[in-house]
Amino acid sequence: MSEHTLNPKAEAATYLKTLIALLILTAITVGASYIHFGSGAANVVVALTIATIKATLVALFFMHLLHDKPVNALIAAAGFVFLGLFLMFTLLDFDTRENPLPRNLPGMVTTPPPAATSPAPAPAPEHH
Amino acid sequence: MSTSTVDLTQDPHDHSGHGEHPDDPHHQHHFTTMEQQFDTSKIGMWLFLATEVLLFGGLFVGFGMMQARFPEEFKEAHEHLQRPLGALNTVVLLVSSWTMVMGVLAARTNQRKKLVIFLIITILCACIFLGVKYFEYSHKFEEGLLPGHFYKHVGDRIQINGHASPGYATFFSFYFMMTGLHGIHILVGIALLAWIAVRGNRGEFNSSYYTPVDLVGLYWHLVDLIWIYLFPLYYLIS
Repeated sequence: MSEHTLNPKAEAATYLKTLIALLILTAITVGASYIHFGSGAANVVVALTIATIKATLVALFFMHLLHDKPVNALIAAAGFVFLGLFLMFTLLDFDTRENPLPRNLPGMVTTPPPAATSPAPAPAPEHH
Repeated sequence: MSTSTVDLTQDPHDHSGHGEHPDDPHHQHHFTTMEQQFDTSKIGMWLFLATEVLLFGGLFVGFGMMQARFPEEFKEAHEHLQRPLGALNTVVLLVSSWTMVMGVLAARTNQRKKLVIFLIITILCACIFLGVKYFEYSHKFEEGLLPGHFYKHVGDRIQINGHASPGYATFFSFYFMMTGLHGIHILVGIALLAWIAVRGNRGEFNSSYYTPVDLVGLYWHLVDLIWIYLFPLYYLIS
């Protein structure tokens, strides 16, 4: 098979290192979620950046893309490129609309967006 | 092989005339080598995984849109999810990914017993994941944190005309849709892993034929990869 340079010990060590890196990154992302980086958007960027690093580690080492035939990486990358296109055009559309929801939706969905209404003046009575 | 007439005298199951590996029963006659056969299977699996990325991608994009539409409600709804449980499930899935890749390595190095043990640990991790999810779901059901018009939770901050803002129900529609679809993938994964474990136990895999182990491994890592994005988006961002 393609594994003519098979070295089980070295591979097992790589997998263990990958797992440890993934666990450390998980701890970092949980810890970072308790810190406020100025704005909500900054926290989203931090969380998604760490998630992308983790996903890349999984794809490169656990899914063998690093040493695999390039065509597999090409297919994987194509999936994400098309997802990116989908996200980009949807965002362009969404951001340039005054009201992103259709006007003929039934019920309370057609009520004005929450920005126009202030939070309920008195919180609902709590039951203890 | 290149003659246009079909030789009817030849037994269709007799592959001796095809110049194949007579020693490997897994080698199908339309592939030149075992390596080509393996690579072909793998490309097919990657194509499937790309469609999976797009399947979940649609839900992620929808979630992003609704988060932009109802930022305050989503922020508040996030707080109903328990971070420690999400983190626990993340660790469980990451460990299961590692046992999976160790299982593939065991298959490739003809270690039958190790393969089966690693696959069983992977299945156990998947069961722990689903157990935690069951606990989380029943908690949500009790509090009325349900999708769409099933939403019954009271005491939400943003009220419109005396009703909870639709943003809350929207959040939980996405939550149950995405974690539910992911959970179905875990269930399918458990079935596949059990199938591979049974076959592995029978000694069907070795260094020259372990394609099913490798492909189920790829599937399992993708399920892990999707959770890697679900976890921060649902549990961490607030």
